[in-house]
Amino acid sequence: MDVIIENLPAYVDGFLRTLFLSVVSGIFALIFGTLLAAARVSPIAALRGFSMTYVEIVRNTPLTIAFFFAAVVLPRLGVTFQQFEVAAIIALSAYTSAFIAEAVRSGVNSVPVGQAEAARSIGMKFSQVLTLIILPQALRTVIPPLINILIALVKNSSVAGAFYVLELFGYGRQLANAHGDAVLWVLVGVAFFYLLITVPLGYLANLVERKVAIAR
Amino acid sequence: MTTQVPGDALVSLNAVNKHYGELHVLKDINLDVRKGEVVVVIGPSGSGKSTLCRAINRLETIDDGVIKIDGKVLPAEGKELAKLRADVGMVFQSFNLFAHKTILENVTLGPIKVKGLSKAEADKDAMALLERVGVGHQAPKLPAQLSGGQQQRVAIARALAMKPKVMLFDEPTSALDPEMINEVLDVMIQLAKEGMTMIVVTHEMGFARKAAHRVVFMDGGQIVEDSTPEEFFTNPKSSRAKDFLSKLLTH
Repeated sequence: MDVIIENLPAYVDGFLRTLFLSVVSGIFALIFGTLLAAARVSPIAALRGFSMTYVEIVRNTPLTIAFFFAAVVLPRLGVTFQQFEVAAIIALSAYTSAFIAEAVRSGVNSVPVGQAEAARSIGMKFSQVLTLIILPQALRTVIPPLINILIALVKNSSVAGAFYVLELFGYGRQLANAHGDAVLWVLVGVAFFYLLITVPLGYLANLVERKVAIAR
Repeated sequence: MTTQVPGDALVSLNAVNKHYGELHVLKDINLDVRKGEVVVVIGPSGSGKSTLCRAINRLETIDDGVIKIDGKVLPAEGKELAKLRADVGMVFQSFNLFAHKTILENVTLGPIKVKGLSKAEADKDAMALLERVGVGHQAPKLPAQLSGGQQQRVAIARALAMKPKVMLFDEPTSALDPEMINEVLDVMIQLAKEGMTMIVVTHEMGFARKAAHRVVFMDGGQIVEDSTPEEFFTNPKSSRAKDFLSKLLTH
C-alpha cells in the first residue's frame, strides 16, 4: 500500500498522460472513423474500396504493428516528431478508427432505408442525407459499442509504455522494477487509475444512451 | 382512353422497362400526366404500381425508357437529380418521418436546407401547412408520439413544403388503422380540389371515384387500362380488371 502513496506523483503524472493520450486519440479516432464509415456507404466506388481495405487491414493486425509503423517506419519515411507521444497518438487513432468505422457503419445500416428515401425525395444531396438524417440517428444507436471501443482504447494506450511514452503503464513498469518487493501493490495502483477512467466511461454510456434514445 | 396533347405532360413516361433479375416488373410503360390531373394507379399486389410510382422520382432506377418531369429528362444522379426531386413530392406507405426531428423540423428541414429559406420563413410556412392538415398543435412533438394518421398528414405537409409540381402517393393509407384512413384521404381530396397534380397508388376505391380524373389499372407490370373512374368501375374493358374488381366487391 505504502508504495502507491509514496509514488503518488508518478502515478498522477502517468494517469494524466494516459488520459491525454486517450482523449486526443479518441477524438481523432471518432472523426476519422466516422469519415471512414461515410466513405464506406458513399456512392463512389473508390472511396468504398479504400475504406474497406483500410478497415480490414488495420482491424485484423495487432496494435503493436501500428505502433511500430508510427514510431519506426514513419520517421524513416521522413515523418519525424519531437515526442513519442505523437507517434502513440497516430498509432492509437489509426487503429481505433477502424473499429469505430465498423460500429458506425452498423449504426448506419440500422437506420431504416425509408429515412434516406424520404430525405432524398425532398431534394437532399447525398452529403445532406448522411449528415442531417442518417448519421445523427446512427450515432445514437451505436453509443454503447462506441463507448466499448473507447474503453478498449484507454487500455490499449498502455502499449505506448513500451514505446518510450511514460504513461500509466510505463510508470508502473518502472515502479515495479524499483520496488521488487511490492509488485502486487504497484500493479493494484496502476489498475486503480485505469479504472478511474474506464468505469465512469461505462456509466456515461448508460446515461447518454437513455438521454438520446429515439422512439420509433 | 383519354386523348392527350403531346408535350403538354407534366410527368411523362415513355417505353419504360425495369427488371428485378428475371422478373420483368415494368413492361413498356407509357404514361402522361398533365398539370392538375389526379391519376389513381390500382392493381393487384406485385403488379408493379409501387415500382412505377417510385421510378418517377428515381428511388427505383429503370433499365430503359425515358421519364420526363415538366419536359426535363430525369437525371441519373447527383445535384441535378436532387434538384428535380425537390419538385416532386413523395408520400410513403410507412410515413418515413425523420425520427430524430420534431414535427415542425420535419416540415422545415427541406425548405431550409434545400431551398435556402430562413428559419423564420420556413417555420411560418410549415405552421400554416401543419394547420391545414390539422396537426398544428403537434408541432413540437416527435413523430413517434403521433398516431399513424397524424404522421401521414405531417408527411404530406413535409412534401408540400417544397412546393412541388407533382405529388406522388405510394399507398399512403395501407399502413393505417381503418379509422385513420379517412383523415388522410380528406387531406388528399382537398389537395386534389385545389388543383395539385397527383399520382396516387392506392387500394382506396372510394378515393378513386371521388377525386381521380383517371384510373390506371396495372397487372403483371403492364398498364392494362387507362380510363375515367366512371368508365373503369362501371364498365371495365379487360377481363383482368373485371376479375380484380369482382374480388374487391365480394367483400
